[in-house]
Amino acid sequence: MALKHFGLAAALLATTMLGAVRPALADGTVKVGVLQSLSGTMAISEVPLEDAELLAISQLNAKGGVLGKKIVPVVEDGASDPSTFAQKATKLIEEDKVVTVFGGWTSSSRKAMLPVFQRLHSLLWYPVQFEGNECSPNIMYSGAQPNQQALPALTWAEQKGYKKIFLLGSDYVYPRTANLILKKHIAHAGLTLSGEEYVPLGGTDFSSIVAEIEQAKPDIIINTLNGDSNVSFFKQMAAAGMTPDKLPVMSFSIAEPEAQAMGPSLLAGSYTSWNYFQSLPGAANAAFVAAYKVKYGANAVVDDPMVHGYVDVMEWADAVKKAGTFDPKAVRNAAVALGFQDSPLGEVKFAPNQSMVQTGYIGQLQPDGQFKVIWSSPGPIEPVPYDPLTFPGKSCGAHSTF
Amino acid sequence: MQESAFLLGQVFNGVSVASLFVLAALGLALSFGLMRVINMAHGEMLMLGGYLAYMTLAVVPGPLGLLVALPVAFLGAALLGAVLEFTIIHRLSARPLDTLLATWGVSLILQQAARNLFGAIGVQVIAPGWLDHTVAISSGVLGGLTLPDTRIFILLVAAIVLGAIALLLNRTRLGLYVRAVNQDRPVAAAMGVNARLVDLLVFSLGTGVAGLAGVILALLGPVTPTVGQSYIVPAFLVVILGGLGSLVGTTIASLIVGLFTALIEIFVDVSLAQVLLLVFVIVFIQFRPQGVITVRTRALEG
Repeated sequence: MALKHFGLAAALLATTMLGAVRPALADGTVKVGVLQSLSGTMAISEVPLEDAELLAISQLNAKGGVLGKKIVPVVEDGASDPSTFAQKATKLIEEDKVVTVFGGWTSSSRKAMLPVFQRLHSLLWYPVQFEGNECSPNIMYSGAQPNQQALPALTWAEQKGYKKIFLLGSDYVYPRTANLILKKHIAHAGLTLSGEEYVPLGGTDFSSIVAEIEQAKPDIIINTLNGDSNVSFFKQMAAAGMTPDKLPVMSFSIAEPEAQAMGPSLLAGSYTSWNYFQSLPGAANAAFVAAYKVKYGANAVVDDPMVHGYVDVMEWADAVKKAGTFDPKAVRNAAVALGFQDSPLGEVKFAPNQSMVQTGYIGQLQPDGQFKVIWSSPGPIEPVPYDPLTFPGKSCGAHSTF
Repeated sequence: MQESAFLLGQVFNGVSVASLFVLAALGLALSFGLMRVINMAHGEMLMLGGYLAYMTLAVVPGPLGLLVALPVAFLGAALLGAVLEFTIIHRLSARPLDTLLATWGVSLILQQAARNLFGAIGVQVIAPGWLDHTVAISSGVLGGLTLPDTRIFILLVAAIVLGAIALLLNRTRLGLYVRAVNQDRPVAAAMGVNARLVDLLVFSLGTGVAGLAGVILALLGPVTPTVGQSYIVPAFLVVILGGLGSLVGTTIASLIVGLFTALIEIFVDVSLAQVLLLVFVIVFIQFRPQGVITVRTRALEG
């Protein structure tokens, strides 16, 4: 077979070019890429996520690595800039020869990396909740699809008897798409949309919006504001006498670290919807939180995207073991066939459409900065990338291509 | 809520936003009018005010912490302004473009310093309990109108600061010197006015007011290393609209910007309101390039 000669030639070439050909498999190590923003505006959120991914890798190495090989993380900085993400992803796959990449946060970073992974036939593990409406064979989406975060929040609000819903968000793709889906479901469930407002990213003046909310008198506000705008919003609401205990607010972008930074006293009593809270019971979560605190300090807090990053690495290792190879396509096929596994998130697995089957939780913020789980979905929720009411006719199933 | 109450509420909101803008822009207007310096680090004086409020509240907790924070932030920002003027701006006084670049550098340094000292996420400043109420009108034509105490307080602070500066400029010897230097620097200097000292005092007065504004902003928004950046653009807008270097013009322009945004937001969303505001300012400047108030000064000629 010509392949044998090719292999010999390649081996010869490898010795002369010193690691140009598959050095990832050359010795007792294997390289994986870790690509998050270590600088720029997103660094606040992405550095802890990178920490969680590296923690998972070091835990795997402590147990002897995967398939007898030590995992070497190649860390790159996406610099909060989509085109840098695409560049670094190319570099990781082509130059470093990583077998897979863990990374991304913003949807724009994911959209920029998607064609790179498809062109170079590699696999990206994306850990953040997002707006769905995407279905790539080269991405494992472990963060919540809209039907695992936004819609459970609406179901909960409906069960609580909240009928008039006010939608408020920052003016960019995630809030706009999430609210588009929410509006369809609000109408479908016979609830009332009492208002919908957007402020530019980083907006600080909410006086008009507070006045509008006062006039509309909603039962609950669903808030998709990003970052510091939340502080301005909650402060100006409180100044107008509408604290979270008087007018409930359900936020999708506030997790433990944000609550800590914005001041639990300001937000106490407000609600949020995630697939993970630090306060979740379970031995796997206790072990994860303890290990994270040992490595990054006793005051460190963990949140949903970080745990998804951690679980992604663990799922990848299990898929590699099941496939018996590091080949990205084989690993992808093995990952969706793994079945339910215990994790800090509870029992989770990847569905054939490469998104995660996971439970939705509603938490209420306590004065100590932790969330108390007050509601959970009846069981793990199947991920639906294309909401049937909003994007009828589109579906996302198992992929055969890679 | 009655329509009239909602409308009046928006007018109040507009005036409230205007009072923030006037505090943020006053220092810029003063220093530009007098020294033709565009201080890009002015936003960081707001940021400094916010952090000084945070530190003061840590030392003086309780209801009066905020009242202590106001003079502390004023003095702190004024002191930093004086240092900045003495070390950098004064040495670049005849080179406006270099000042622009240098103060921008200073702004980056201050942001990074805040990031290193306090962390990138920001700190928590909470309004004291005595501001935690609202004035609500429950019946009559204005039924449903609520005015938060915080915003009334901000309005009061802005009015007091404006009044004090107007008195200072129009009724004191220092004010006379400032006006003299403003109108004709060489002649004023020839008459024995220490123009150098006047520059220093006016510049640090301007940054001090920005520090005060920072405390006020902390009641309504976040205190983060980059918070100054969200206010510097509207502040420049107000200064340009108001006529460079005029106290009255700055006040009127703040009111125009605040009311325009608040009232237009009744009809359109916040993003579009900002677009319309910018369009309005561009059109206004086309027809009246000198701004609302024309200042006759040699400093702005040639």
